[in-house]
Amino acid sequence: MNMQSKKPITAAEQLLVDSFVHNLGNLPGDGAVLTIRDSYIEDIKQRGLPTRRVEAWHYTDLRNLLKTVPSIGKSADIEPAERLIAGANVISVVDGHAANIAATGGVTATAYREDLSDGSAAARMALRNSDDLVGRINGAFVTDGVKLQVEDDLVLDNPLEIQVLHGGGQAHTRFPVTIGKGVKGLFVERHISCCEEDALVSSITDLDVGDGADIVWVINQEQGLSDTHLGQINIKLGADAKLLLFVANAGGKLVRQEIHIVASGEGSELTLRGVNLLGGESHTDVTMTLEHIVPNCVSGQIFRNVVLDRAKGVFQGQIKVAQIAQKTDAKMACNTLLLSDFCDFSAKPELEIFADDVQCGHGATVTDIDKNQLFYLKARGIGEKRARSLLVKAFIVEVVEELDNEVLIEALEKQFETWLNNHG
Amino acid sequence: MLEIRNLHARIAEDGTEIIRGLNLTVKNGEVAAIMGPNGSGKSTLSYILTGRSDYEVTEGDILYDGQSILGMDTAERAAAGLFLAFQYPVEIPGVATMQFLKVAMNEQRKARGEDELTTPDFIRRVKAAAANLQIDMAMLKRPLNVGFSGGEKKRAEILQMSLLEPKLCVLDETDSGLDIDALKIVADGVNALRSPDRSFIVITHYQRLLEYIVPDSVHVLYKGQVIKSGDRQLALELESDGYANVIKDAA
Ligand SMILES: Nc1ncnc2c1ncn2[C@@H]1O[C@H](COP(=O)(O)OP(=O)(O)O)[C@@H](O)[C@H]1O
Ligand SMILES: [Mg+2]
Repeated sequence: MNMQSKKPITAAEQLLVDSFVHNLGNLPGDGAVLTIRDSYIEDIKQRGLPTRRVEAWHYTDLRNLLKTVPSIGKSADIEPAERLIAGANVISVVDGHAANIAATGGVTATAYREDLSDGSAAARMALRNSDDLVGRINGAFVTDGVKLQVEDDLVLDNPLEIQVLHGGGQAHTRFPVTIGKGVKGLFVERHISCCEEDALVSSITDLDVGDGADIVWVINQEQGLSDTHLGQINIKLGADAKLLLFVANAGGKLVRQEIHIVASGEGSELTLRGVNLLGGESHTDVTMTLEHIVPNCVSGQIFRNVVLDRAKGVFQGQIKVAQIAQKTDAKMACNTLLLSDFCDFSAKPELEIFADDVQCGHGATVTDIDKNQLFYLKARGIGEKRARSLLVKAFIVEVVEELDNEVLIEALEKQFETWLNNHG
Repeated sequence: MLEIRNLHARIAEDGTEIIRGLNLTVKNGEVAAIMGPNGSGKSTLSYILTGRSDYEVTEGDILYDGQSILGMDTAERAAAGLFLAFQYPVEIPGVATMQFLKVAMNEQRKARGEDELTTPDFIRRVKAAAANLQIDMAMLKRPLNVGFSGGEKKRAEILQMSLLEPKLCVLDETDSGLDIDALKIVADGVNALRSPDRSFIVITHYQRLLEYIVPDSVHVLYKGQVIKSGDRQLALELESDGYANVIKDAA
């Protein structure tokens, strides 16, 4: 560390340090875990929150954007939310504490705090790299979460819905998930605010997809208008595994959603679809890294962003193809509809390719509503407002419909429609 | 039905005048054909009739049932019974054709103070109209115009026209890109809608279409003006002699 670069501590940084000190007694962990926690807080104290000078945070100057940090507070009495998908089995975590982890056949669910208490979580808490601020904050404060183990060859008849609920204050959770070989199923991870009080939420999911598994994982971020949400999912894809990852952001005031994927088994197939609905004065950053380290894998990504009001959006997408990862087929697209003169979206796609026999490509577009389409609808008697809203919906429906599950599609479309109507 | 009086209009963006003193009257139940060389302003006229904001009317008036429609926006004109079958129907990914049809029909009904259609009633109407035009219902589940062949797009336009039951239909080169079988289906669809209180403006390049949709009047549009009007015979003359004589006579 260069001492000259040390800046005065900001109010938010100080509040993070203070809330660590105040709550130290309540944070589970053996000596090793506590040492890690301590070192992360020390990092924050010494280095401060990342600024735009840190490349990974270039478009999200957290030091400036994070103005305050709510205190951790007491657990509120929170009812589980209505299921997104009727018939889903629900697991819930409330205010950073596993509340309902009743497992179903073939799925083992345990409270993550047990791993913290006995120290087995320590290895998992290692940072991705020195700029891993989400890992740092989560590591310092994580109280609980759910560890899920899905046994080999299980076919889930009903979706599993993980509800991560909070009632304001802080909530820090982690979800280590091991999907056994050949598993088939639909998993939904929802981040839901149950009140209007400010919150700082961090949540990390470690998703290990076993060989030959074929799963759909949905992350649905539905936080409140004043919430800060720091999310991260770390994915490892086994050989011949198929993953459809759907990431939706339709909430929060300051959001960083990181998606880190390593295609580590040959023949895997990743489909990543994202919908970001950004309104108000929010700032939402989706940062994705994908590493192809073995041959013969396919990955395709499409993000659709709708930006309104004074919202600001960021997409950083980096695909790395190692030299041995021949025959990789990797595509990435980021399409944005900018619907006001005051909103903004920055897209930074990056390809780093070291193999020669690959098909890789990316594209980013930023557009307004298509004038010809709008005129066509109006010429059929559909009024301006309705016509615009149809076209905005169409823009996102195109990616939602790829989910290939009627019930899920309908639920998400309804949620997005409500969001759009509320922000119209 | 329609009276266009000394209409002048220009492109809003750069002020280029495209319609330069155009006069045209279409009576109730009349089928008026508009012919003219490429670039004479036929499509522009259809856009101005439907209120596209890329164009500005600088002089003259458009009376529809005796009332000026210049103050009405595109959707209001549609609800009042004006329909344009597009020369190039627009593809809209993400909007299923059925959903679009339902919204369009109901929005027009709402604007006229009528009740919305029930779903069974809606489906029944679509099925009947689609059958007449030999349109497969599977096609209507697809996104609007996306991946439709040229002929399918044109048939879909006529389907919309029959479902929306407009009073004044403007068909912009509905025959272009159609083979003879598709042309007959489309023409039959149009003819089935002919009635004493529904009028048509059929814009076309070729007299071929007018063998199937027989017009009551034929007008030649050139450089933004109607330079000659006549009956069916005029279309045949244009077909054999080209536009040169008509243009020379008008000059
Ligand atoms: N929005 C526009 N921008 C630029 N030029 C236009 C526009 N609309 C029409 N024009 C021009 O006006 C003329 C008439 O076009 P159009 O109405 O399409 O002719 P037609 O349908 O008779 O072939 C052409 O020269 C065309 O290029
Ligand atoms: Mg034309």
